[in-house]
Amino acid sequence: MEEKNLICINCPLGCPLTVTLEGGEVKTVTGNTCPRGEAYAKKELTNPTRIVTSTVKVKGGKLAMASVKTATDIPKGKIFDCVKAIQDIELEAPVAIGQVVLADVCGTGVDIVATKNVPARG
Amino acid sequence: MREYDLVIIGGGPAGLAAAVAAHEAGLKDILILERDNELGGILNQCIHNGFGLHTFKEELTGPEYAGRFIEQVKKLDIPYKLNTMVLDLAADKTVTAMNREDGLFQLHPKAVILAMGCRERPRGALNIPGYRPAGIFTAGTAQRLVNMEGYMPGRRVVILGSGDIGLIMARRMTLEGAKVQVVAELMPYSGGLKRNIVQCLDDYGIPLKLSHTVVDIEGKKRVEAITIAQVDEKNRPIPGTEERYECDTLLLSCGLIPENELSRSAGVDINPITNGPTVNESLETSIPGVFAAGNVLHVHDLVDYVSEEAGAAGRHAADYIAAGCKAEDHKALPVKCENGVRYTVPVAIRPDAAGENITLRFRVGNVYKNKKVAVYAGDACIFSRKRPVLAPGEMETVILKTSLLTDHPEAEGITVTLEEA
Repeated sequence: MEEKNLICINCPLGCPLTVTLEGGEVKTVTGNTCPRGEAYAKKELTNPTRIVTSTVKVKGGKLAMASVKTATDIPKGKIFDCVKAIQDIELEAPVAIGQVVLADVCGTGVDIVATKNVPARG
Repeated sequence: MREYDLVIIGGGPAGLAAAVAAHEAGLKDILILERDNELGGILNQCIHNGFGLHTFKEELTGPEYAGRFIEQVKKLDIPYKLNTMVLDLAADKTVTAMNREDGLFQLHPKAVILAMGCRERPRGALNIPGYRPAGIFTAGTAQRLVNMEGYMPGRRVVILGSGDIGLIMARRMTLEGAKVQVVAELMPYSGGLKRNIVQCLDDYGIPLKLSHTVVDIEGKKRVEAITIAQVDEKNRPIPGTEERYECDTLLLSCGLIPENELSRSAGVDINPITNGPTVNESLETSIPGVFAAGNVLHVHDLVDYVSEEAGAAGRHAADYIAAGCKAEDHKALPVKCENGVRYTVPVAIRPDAAGENITLRFRVGNVYKNKKVAVYAGDACIFSRKRPVLAPGEMETVILKTSLLTDHPEAEGITVTLEEA
């Protein structure tokens, strides 16, 4: 039996949760005031995911950089690999919001998409 | 220079939402003045997600959220001037501005919406001892450098203040390869959202030290080390608790101040608590026809509420112009705050000028548990809601039915207070 502590982020209450795990499976969640706390603890301890945001360089654009994000959340453990994969990308202006910048980042099945319109210069 | 009925100062989230709402309310003659080279304001550098859950029911990044409003402004053909600095606003609403195309020019609008946003509290306002080397940035400046201009301000970082921008930058700098060693917060609680503490600090093992402050900055040309120490209940550093961190960068995330130089030059009354204009229920300042919304009025945590507030300011400005720009003589009830409620927006309510509902926004001065937010008209309690937790970092909103006030014509004032639940 393993015990883990985390803070629920669903609301400003920030309940301190205590979770017991057995063989990687969540057994009990205590300290939560509402069902959202239990759901959060289960997801965080079995399959934590995050949306990753960053920027990439743009050639010939009115702006030097375009912001990007993973189209949906990816496993937390892949955040650094994902940022590394984005690092050397250089786009040609124009860039449009939603445009796929890199398909299937790090084998997650999730695309990196632009979150900023960058018109071409001149 | 062609004249406009409504001039909006600032093309950030507040200015954009005000323009769209004023247009939808029937006012077509609008001009937005923006000093940057694009619309969108601070959202352009907030590349993280979490914007728009209330407004669009989806989680957007800052540039995407701004993009939605910019699209609407362009679709409605609302004119705007970029790279345009407003130099002065006079009490008669004369706007003096300049840019490279038009030179220096003056406008004489029927109404003005103040939407200038806020700025960060800089080092000079913080009284931090030590040298004054390069390498000290406000968190927002670092955010602009990294996210828009593509520069890294440093490699080894200490952050003072746990405001949301500081927390967001702790993660951003970490992802870009910097080592963020510690976040020190003077108060015994964080000014940032829980979500940001977990996802920006805990996720990356960055320690948050509450009740700590910077007591020394070393380095003559560039920051070389920062010393932090614990503080007592009077915020005085406790000798013997010092910790020294070798680093090249100090980021400051120590609060935001509404940017009201123009409001002051016009003679608009300023609330000393919020540092923003005092407004009535229509978001109108002490000068009739001058409205204010967004972070220039009071600092918000969520852009969704900025858009909502600015939309209301836009509609009220349109109504003011449609009604012939008359200052209406309605009875105004002052709004008082008590028992931990630090301020309210608005500070006065004219029940006869209000629509069906009145939105009251406020902040508390400390962390409170198991309280009740109560609103009184004179001595009569007209609203009460249980709140399991209230914190200075989370803005509170109460929506009152105007009929609750008109039911109490004897009331001479309104009180917003906290009570035991």
